[in-house]
Amino acid sequence: MPDSMPALPATPDEATRQTRIRLTINDTPHDLSIAPRRTLLEVLREDLSLTGAKPGCEMGNCGACTVLLDGEAVYSCLVLAIECPGHTITTIEGLTRDGQLHPIQDTFVQYDALQCGFCTPGQVLALKSLLDRNPHPTDDEIDRGMAGNICRCGAYPKIRAAARALARQQP
Amino acid sequence: MKAFDHVTAASTREAVELLSSAAPDGARLIAGGTDLLTLMKADLIAPPRLIDLKPASELRYLRFDDAGALHIGALTTLADLERHPEVAQRLPVLPQSVRDAATPQLRALATVGGNLLQRPRCWYYRGDALCWLKGGSACFARDGQNKYHAILDHSPCVAVHPSDLAPALLALDAELVIHGPGGARVLPVESFFAAPTDQERVEYRLAADEVLAEITVPRQPEGARGAYLKVMDRQAWAFALVSAAAQVALRDGRIEHVRLVLGGVANVPQRIRAVEDLLTGQELTPKLAEQAAERAVAGAKPLAHNAYKVPLARELARRALLAATGLMV
Ligand SMILES: Cc1cc2nc3c(=O)[nH]c(=O)nc-3n(C[C@H](O)[C@H](O)[C@H](O)COP(=O)(O)OP(=O)(O)OC[C@H]3O[C@@H](n4cnc5c(N)ncnc54)[C@H](O)[C@@H]3O)c2cc1C
Ligand code: SF4
Ligand code: FES
Ligand code: FES
Repeated sequence: MPDSMPALPATPDEATRQTRIRLTINDTPHDLSIAPRRTLLEVLREDLSLTGAKPGCEMGNCGACTVLLDGEAVYSCLVLAIECPGHTITTIEGLTRDGQLHPIQDTFVQYDALQCGFCTPGQVLALKSLLDRNPHPTDDEIDRGMAGNICRCGAYPKIRAAARALARQQP
Repeated sequence: MKAFDHVTAASTREAVELLSSAAPDGARLIAGGTDLLTLMKADLIAPPRLIDLKPASELRYLRFDDAGALHIGALTTLADLERHPEVAQRLPVLPQSVRDAATPQLRALATVGGNLLQRPRCWYYRGDALCWLKGGSACFARDGQNKYHAILDHSPCVAVHPSDLAPALLALDAELVIHGPGGARVLPVESFFAAPTDQERVEYRLAADEVLAEITVPRQPEGARGAYLKVMDRQAWAFALVSAAAQVALRDGRIEHVRLVLGGVANVPQRIRAVEDLLTGQELTPKLAEQAAERAVAGAKPLAHNAYKVPLARELARRALLAATGLMV
């Protein structure tokens, strides 16, 4: 699957309907001019070159586009960018601090919880959203919390192992 | 997805005003967007204007009043409902129904109002075919691929209602508060849902200029307990093949109040009154639960590929009744 989406041709009609918005992504404000129909996923990837969120199904069926909206994991393919000003958006790019991987990312590496990596940003963010609300989830809570991310490579057992290791860590 | 313009409504009143000043088919509300955007991306609908209801934060609340009724604002998300400790304790059928709906990512966006207004998942409907429900002349599922379709025949369309929340709300005798240009009206959730007709090819009865504002769950009979059971093709992220919601209150060991609702069997969720009549005043034994379940599917007429739904519905009805009575978990 190509890692970029073809830009939708802007109709002349639409060109007149560009709206100026400010999005706060990974603590950085961005001023943008966008058409109302553009999804958060498209704007992240095409306008901001934040390509960690992946376009898979674009219909809420795969989880590859998962980002955090006010701390909650959501599918960015089903969010309109125009509805995001005033909200806090975190993408996988925002997890790394000063070149240091986030502990969840570290644990994924340690447990070999990925193969091709296409689903991984979404898996990591879904897990972050779960752990932020519930730092010590049960195995069942992990399975339920991670149910919205498909892995085409079938790395599930190792993703689950990484999640369980994080859940058992003391704060 | 076709281009549209986008405005916001800061209150219910503003939303009604914006809807009523729009041309016919000129505007649609967007709440969580999780159903609307999938329909727009598939070019099944192309509203020229979206009115974002989310800024109307007065519509996002969950509270019990002094009389014991639960008020759920239409913008409450499925995640809000799932996580509310008091709701879980007093009306467990509600969080049970949303827990297995969609995924955490979708439940964080999806609102209860939008959940009741979502459109069917029939693959002909979601695809290019101009089937009856979309204004065409024939239902392609009736004699086509109908594994996921209805076993009760209520209209030219045999699509089933996708909502998990709706059967639970029917079992709780919930009511809806709807605001329109002429003021507010209240109606039972059971009459809000209706099989599509030639004139109204949609599963709910809501005018284009109306806003669903609240779902009210009345105080339940003393000691009432509930259960929601859902069977899927896989363990997560799937619509119900069949679901059953039951709410039962016992007095001196006998059934004083009972509701049994089946999902996944008809155009809209089905409250099974024949079962309620059979059970009221009786002591629920495993044998009686079996008879009740048999009666729940008495009128079923499966299509070519969905006969499996009949025993599934029967068994779920049986288990839901037993679970709600505490005879089985
Ligand atoms: C992959 C996938 C899987 C899913 N699985 C399940 C499942 O297992 N079980 C289940 O129950 N659901 C499931 N859903 C459906 C999901 O729960 C609904 O899409 C969601 O609840 C709709 O709410 P929303 O706020 O996103 O509505 P929107 O998409 O914003 O709106 C839906 C419709 O309701 C109208 N509307 C919204 N709010 C109001 C209001 N207050 N007044 C008047 N009109 C309004 C809109 O105009 C639109 O027509 C699934 C969805 C997807 C994409
Ligand atoms: S079941 Fe309903 S939605 Fe599906 S093809 Fe028939 S008319 Fe269309
Ligand atoms: S791309 Fe958003 S869920 Fe698949
Ligand atoms: S690692 Fe390849 S899709 Fe999950």
